[in-house]
Amino acid sequence: MLRFFASRLLQSLLALLVIITATFFMLRFVPGGPFTAEKAVTPEILRNLEAHYGLDKPLWHQYFDYLGSLAKGDFGPSFKYPNRTVNEILGDKLPVSIELGALSLLVALLIGLPLGILAAVRRNTWVDYWGSTLGMMGISIPTFVVGPLLVLAFAIHAGWFNASGWYTISDRVLPCLVLGIAYAAPIGRLTRGGMLEVLNQDFIRTARAKGATELRVVFKHSLRGGLLPVVSFLGPAIAGILTGSFVIETIFQIPGLGREFVNSAFNRDYTLVLGTVILYAGLIMALNLAADLAQAWMNPKVRLEG
Amino acid sequence: MSTLVAPSAPVPPAPAAALERGNSLWHDAWLRLRKNRLAVFGAVTLIVVSLACFLGPFFSPYGYEDQNLDLGASAPSAQHWLGTDTLGRDLLVRLLYGGRVSLGVGLAATVVALTIGVVYGAVAGYFGGKLDAAMMRIVDIMYSLPFTIFVILLMVFFGRNIILLFVAIGAVEWLTMARIVRGQVMSVKRMEFIEAARSLGFGKRRLIFRHILPNVLGPIIVYTTLTIPGVMLLEAFLSFLGLGVQPPMSSWGVLIKDGAEKMEEFHWLLIFPGTVFSLTLFSLNFLGDGLRDALDVRSSKD
Repeated sequence: MLRFFASRLLQSLLALLVIITATFFMLRFVPGGPFTAEKAVTPEILRNLEAHYGLDKPLWHQYFDYLGSLAKGDFGPSFKYPNRTVNEILGDKLPVSIELGALSLLVALLIGLPLGILAAVRRNTWVDYWGSTLGMMGISIPTFVVGPLLVLAFAIHAGWFNASGWYTISDRVLPCLVLGIAYAAPIGRLTRGGMLEVLNQDFIRTARAKGATELRVVFKHSLRGGLLPVVSFLGPAIAGILTGSFVIETIFQIPGLGREFVNSAFNRDYTLVLGTVILYAGLIMALNLAADLAQAWMNPKVRLEG
Repeated sequence: MSTLVAPSAPVPPAPAAALERGNSLWHDAWLRLRKNRLAVFGAVTLIVVSLACFLGPFFSPYGYEDQNLDLGASAPSAQHWLGTDTLGRDLLVRLLYGGRVSLGVGLAATVVALTIGVVYGAVAGYFGGKLDAAMMRIVDIMYSLPFTIFVILLMVFFGRNIILLFVAIGAVEWLTMARIVRGQVMSVKRMEFIEAARSLGFGKRRLIFRHILPNVLGPIIVYTTLTIPGVMLLEAFLSFLGLGVQPPMSSWGVLIKDGAEKMEEFHWLLIFPGTVFSLTLFSLNFLGDGLRDALDVRSSKD
């Protein structure tokens, strides 16, 4: 188990280094720089600016400087927001995105798991058919269609919510619902599939033969095995929710990391782009690792093969 | 592990022979698919939508960038069946042209993903051993990368060029295909007819492409059908963020983005493109699901 964890951790760190390096050099080789958009910068000022941020040093020198400060947890200064460090900006935006993501995941699980279990237990009844069709609709209708439509119906026409913003509790409802529904659908389908596979096995028949109630069969005996596919999907799901929040943050004008990332890329704010990419990549890989571990813990077969 | 090969029909025979037998795997699959109402609905919808997008604009008096500023945004009417946008452009024509772009990008990027995924998966699965372990480790690592972020960066930096768009999307989407093909190839390569072909002295290339791949065609078809909606979604996602197809060209993502901005006053600008796009994705997913059942492909991904 420990070896499994260590090898995965090492692999993730290596991948992170690759990402940092690739992004760093890609940023430097694309046309345009952080100061080209500003109008009429004299060559002298440009030189001063570049010297101030260390952009006049050789590229490899900058690269190792950056890695050095990164090792100390310093993402460097922002090029576009004078007097602000990338750490401060990320510190402002990250909690918003995490709140959005966590609430959405909660919505997805609260809708997807019960529906999936119900569909599996009542297989081939109308519950199952309607559940599956709804699930397919949830997968097919993209968030950027559902989002504006819900805003149109519940914010503009009904007037129950604000159309945009991130101030009060009620501002959380629509964005988290939209993002949550999108992931409730695959979670429901995976739950149904996983539960069906387990419910057909011999030990479930044994449990029933011993007189266990249906509730006990479902929750005590089947759930652990039946939820395995869901657990292995959680890593990708969280990654999807994080990137999916780009669209949600745009629709509802939420001051989160996603919008900041797209803006920083347009602005060629090298350090902010790098910082955001590293944060996203690190977060996604950490969560993938956690999902792998949870899966190994739940399923001895995976644990032993490592 | 279920494979698609009936024991009596190992190597794909000449097409004529397959037709004569009448009860071939493909014929059975076709019969099963026809019984699946949702899959048939999906297939018919797709045919109608594609024909409309590729032929429809020829019958319209309007072009996709013809503006009519005097008219402005107007609700659906006899002249403009789906209304016009704020520049007085006919929404129906823009929707059909947008469909060409969205469907085109969906197909082209899927072909890129399909080619890379099938070759990669077949090589890893056929040779096995250390090569396979190394190749699949690479796929595992790439799975954990935040690719959407890279695609966004690419689109921001390199000028939102449509060819780059589908190459970038295709390069992201091949991973699942590679895993599926590898798994299938590994199970097919141990079968007797492969042994027989090998003993006849056929080369590796011929074995892989002529004998193994045709027998894993089922899963490939199913996952290709399911990759297209994923690709179209990614294109629309990028266009919605303003990073994909650029005006005055239209794609369904662009139209939805425009519609969402103006929905307060002109709700039809959001509702029609949103409905058509969702309906198309819905149809593709249902057709893919129906094909999976009809071809009896296990849903396991490895």
